[in-house]
Amino acid sequence: MSAHKIAKSLLLTAAVLLTLPLLAVAQQGESHMGKLTGHSDAGKQLYFRFCWGCHGFRGDGSGENWLATGNYPTQPYLNIQPRNFDAAVFKCRSTPTGTLPLDEDLYNSVGRGFVMSNMPPWISLTKQQRADLVAFIKSFSPRFKSEKPGDPITVPAEPKLSVESIKHGQELFQKLECWKCHGPEGRGDGPSASTLTDSNDQPIRPYNFAVGSRFKCGATNQDLYKIFMTGLDGTPMPSFADVIKPEEAWDLVHFLRTLQVTHKSPELALWESTKEGAEQIASRRVSGTPTGSGIKQ
Amino acid sequence: MLKLPSQSVKQKLSWLPSLLVFGFLLFALVLADTRSAVAIPPPALHMRAIPAFARKYGMPCSACHEAWPKLNNFGQNFKDNGYQMMNERDAPIFQQAAYWPVAFRITPNWHRESVNKTDLTNPATTLTTEGQLTTHGFDLSGLDILTAGTLAKNISFLLVPSADNAGAFHFESANVRFDNLLHTSWLNVKVGKFELDNIISEKRILTLSQQGGLYRIYHFVPVGDINPFGLGDNQLGAELSGHSKNDYNRYSIAMLSSNDGNVGLPNGHGYDTYMTLSTAFDAGSLGLQRVGAFAYIGRAPTYVSTTAGGTAIADGLGQKSFYRAGLYGLFYVKKLDFMTMYTHAGDSAFLGTGTPSFADLPAGARGPIWNGGMIETHYTFNPQFILINRYELIRMSRQALASNPGNLGDIDSLTFGYRYYPFISSRAGFAFHNEYSIVRQRGVAPISLTDVTSSSLFIGFDFIF
Repeated sequence: MSAHKIAKSLLLTAAVLLTLPLLAVAQQGESHMGKLTGHSDAGKQLYFRFCWGCHGFRGDGSGENWLATGNYPTQPYLNIQPRNFDAAVFKCRSTPTGTLPLDEDLYNSVGRGFVMSNMPPWISLTKQQRADLVAFIKSFSPRFKSEKPGDPITVPAEPKLSVESIKHGQELFQKLECWKCHGPEGRGDGPSASTLTDSNDQPIRPYNFAVGSRFKCGATNQDLYKIFMTGLDGTPMPSFADVIKPEEAWDLVHFLRTLQVTHKSPELALWESTKEGAEQIASRRVSGTPTGSGIKQ
Repeated sequence: MLKLPSQSVKQKLSWLPSLLVFGFLLFALVLADTRSAVAIPPPALHMRAIPAFARKYGMPCSACHEAWPKLNNFGQNFKDNGYQMMNERDAPIFQQAAYWPVAFRITPNWHRESVNKTDLTNPATTLTTEGQLTTHGFDLSGLDILTAGTLAKNISFLLVPSADNAGAFHFESANVRFDNLLHTSWLNVKVGKFELDNIISEKRILTLSQQGGLYRIYHFVPVGDINPFGLGDNQLGAELSGHSKNDYNRYSIAMLSSNDGNVGLPNGHGYDTYMTLSTAFDAGSLGLQRVGAFAYIGRAPTYVSTTAGGTAIADGLGQKSFYRAGLYGLFYVKKLDFMTMYTHAGDSAFLGTGTPSFADLPAGARGPIWNGGMIETHYTFNPQFILINRYELIRMSRQALASNPGNLGDIDSLTFGYRYYPFISSRAGFAFHNEYSIVRQRGVAPISLTDVTSSSLFIGFDFIF
């Protein structure tokens, strides 16, 4: 090999070595959802327009609405401390518990919002804006630089709905002691409910199935399935991926739908068509209050 | 300061006091604590002044407003949802009992107004001449008391008692809205007094001066026309509206009393109709683009009924028809955006010539027709600073009387300025506002029938809490 070729090869190698870190840096400032690429710089501008009031200047969940009122429990503006992006612990993921979420998970959370919290659905932002926000949100935590997201869990096809499935789900609800937090009727009033805290050591209330039609992480049966299997990181809701089989998780989904007595669903209709189910639902059913809150008074 | 004409009616503009006052106000602002919100540590704990919605939801003004009061799409969506975030916490039961959904807005200001040709009568000599009139000084804007929110989930209200700068009150808005009927965002009904569903909202205009603080194409009527209607005026009636979840597509149709929003049934003899629809599309990194159309078909009185003694009893009769129609587009190129509008309008010949319906029209009279255009450009550096520029033109297409010059009443209006928000928070809003506006209208000088040019210079401290 001639000296000229050697020099050329060395130069090429040096160029590649110098370029790779730059590419890596560029990747770190991006988010990717299918064909959509979000950019951190653009997301920063959006963050300081829309998000900082709750999530704070540093993304640590200590925006003025949290700080200004002396924190929990007397603060009137927020009843749940906003997400601390620095910790990179997220409730809604399609990845196993303890792992980082996919960019798409964060993107969906921004667009969906969090029901019964102060986080509204930001669906009126453009897709690009939401992607840019995701890219910037990731920049708050060093975890996104050093770790990769977990592999998304597989959601098997939903088996056919049956009374047996609902009954088995009801048994699992007892066996897995879901009722301890969510209450025997799913109203979020189980014996442990008042003792629960989140990863910020703030009290947290279990989900009340009786008044909701949407869950924290979506509204479909698939979303509910994912919640069991991934858990809601940062909350006391664990992952049951190692405890129950996929078909059992579906049974649980079918039963939990019957606890949503104000939300019409095939599960509720089927369960109500049985004598046992009709009695249960009649005792659980509560219509909305005159205030429109839907909360049992 | 009223300047009466001496030998020469043409007065030179006195700019020195204006510049001195402007400099003083700017200096005062610089001396104030105006650090950038994004550069300072988390806000101090003593911030307690609270605009109604920001207080309720704990979100900064910039979440709903590109630069308040102008809404962004998120804010428009919030409004279209009946002032609801749709996170199942909108009902009043979720608010602190002490929460009081009220905000006050007023703008102490200094402004200078000038008209180059106006009818000036010297009381000493009773000599009437046409001359320049310039006034300037410290002043107040009107006051808006804004109360709005939810009475219950999916039942919203808006009440805006509003005063002029002398303190005379009226109800600018008062309505109740039933949201998401049949569990769909496409069915909402509003009843009461409200702003027409104008995406380019005059109630959220970014300019405040006497000449620039309105959209002229919303209010223009030809010279001699007696139609009191203005598209920017709040109207009394009922509105059916709907929108997609993300508010990209929206429509509304309203039935309105034919009285231009005046209470007490002053012209209680008919109804108007207003329709609008728009669609938005996502242009990637450029932003959201929206195009839409509107049409208003209405009737206005041509005379006022009187008693036998000739006293007017404030009931408009002899209603004749008019229409307003238009297209608009909101186009974004990242931080730069353009609000554009084209309008086409026409009035009955009776309205256009000020002829009572029972009387004969002047020979050759016909309904006046005109067209208008507007382009308003904004450059939003960040949520704290926005540059504004607007050009409007109105051109008569057909005069009511053929004897009128073809361009009689035509308008050109240019307004530019900026708004600077020293801080952004979820508790109060404050803007330093500086604006200049100049308007030329053809052939309306009171004596010479030549063009009239009016201008405003406005420096204000716009605050809401």
